[in-house]
Amino acid sequence: MTIYDEIASNKRKTYIVVAFFIAFITSIAYIFGKANGYGLSFAGIALILSGLTTFGSYYWSDKIVLALSRARPADPKKDFNFFSVTENLCIASGLPKPKLYVIDDTAPNAFATGRDPNHAVVCATTGILSKLDRAELEGVIAHELSHVRNYDIRLMSIVSILVGTVALLADLFMRSLWFRRGDRDREKGGGIFLIIGIVLAILSPLVATIIQLSISRRREYLADASGVLLTRNPQALARALEKISADKEVLEAASNATAHLYIINPFKGKDFGAFFAGLFNTHPPIEERIRILRSM
Amino acid sequence: MDPIMILMVIVAGVLIFIWFTYNSLITLRARVDEAWSGIDVQLKRRTDLIPNLVETVKGYAKHEKDVFENVTKARSALMSAKTPNDAAAANNMLTGALKSLFAVAEAYPDLKASDNFKDLQQQLGDTEDKIAYSRQFYNTNVMDYNVKIKVFPSVIIARQLGFKEADFFKALDEDKKEVKVQF
Repeated sequence: MTIYDEIASNKRKTYIVVAFFIAFITSIAYIFGKANGYGLSFAGIALILSGLTTFGSYYWSDKIVLALSRARPADPKKDFNFFSVTENLCIASGLPKPKLYVIDDTAPNAFATGRDPNHAVVCATTGILSKLDRAELEGVIAHELSHVRNYDIRLMSIVSILVGTVALLADLFMRSLWFRRGDRDREKGGGIFLIIGIVLAILSPLVATIIQLSISRRREYLADASGVLLTRNPQALARALEKISADKEVLEAASNATAHLYIINPFKGKDFGAFFAGLFNTHPPIEERIRILRSM
Repeated sequence: MDPIMILMVIVAGVLIFIWFTYNSLITLRARVDEAWSGIDVQLKRRTDLIPNLVETVKGYAKHEKDVFENVTKARSALMSAKTPNDAAAANNMLTGALKSLFAVAEAYPDLKASDNFKDLQQQLGDTEDKIAYSRQFYNTNVMDYNVKIKVFPSVIIARQLGFKEADFFKALDEDKKEVKVQF
């Protein structure tokens, strides 16, 4: 596939998954509403609560992640490659220059965050800055800048809101079952919907998380392809991914909350071979990413 | 619905379409022009670095007069070039002269080791990258514009209002020839 086909295909698949997700939420909201008689006001409350809590993390994502990761601002002289490579990619893409930060850790990794290109931050570890040559670093930074440019942070925040909504819906539903007998004013619910509702209440947060992670993986492929469209050098990114994955060290500054932002999953020690583990991975398998890059 | 109403809605729709398409064509054209200026910005950056470089090398290799003269002459030619063809020819001369300069520097280990020289070398290399990327960005914008003036239905508006295709930045045949390094 040409790079343009890659990009179009990834965007299409994102739309399909998000559409499916919305349909999923609508169905479970409907079923819960039928099951306990409260109707759709239920779903509205869950959506608002979830929205409020996630909005803050999206809006201030740059500051929050930097504080969590103990990053320091990059130095134009010491980190010349980092600075000049980012500058050059911004020239190539027309993006405004993001703020650059460095994490002192020998584990090679990098991430980008920020609610839009004007509030973007790109962070790299000292490990990645020393282990990759200039062309490989360019591939990695291009990938990160593509996340910013494709508004992936915004997308993943919206998805998080939806996942949170699902979790809240399931939770509220289960709690509302305890109060069923006391309430005489609401319309009669129950029956088959009750049974389906309980099953869904248990499974839906799980399904929602799987969908969220599937979207995350799709956007990783898209960032790879968009990055290559900037650098015109897929081999460099493939080499960089090979080098990074060969390094077995785990990045100490990363946590579960920030893992999805990094270029490859920072928790490498765990065994990601099994299918179920694959469903729960924020990033696609590295071999697959390298294979796609090498074929471009 | 009243047939007159329907007609008015259709006419309004067409007018709005023409308005939006025209604005979009103007915007894309402006982006192409800005990207072209962007290339000049990087080229100027390179010419600005050169006096520093020449001084640094002179400090260690005073007798290599020919090389310095070539670089300075090429730089003046580039800065005073009036037509794109002159600019391209001068650019070529400058690239060749710079290559000779760096080749000469190889023979002076003190120069090679000096921080000043290394820093300038790094900056010049980076500037070459920037020139290449700014050309790439220009081409990307040209592509978006050319596509827009040719696809249906904006092609109708574009043709009526006289929007012409923009040219991609192509390496001149000059540039593709082997650059001679002279001592």
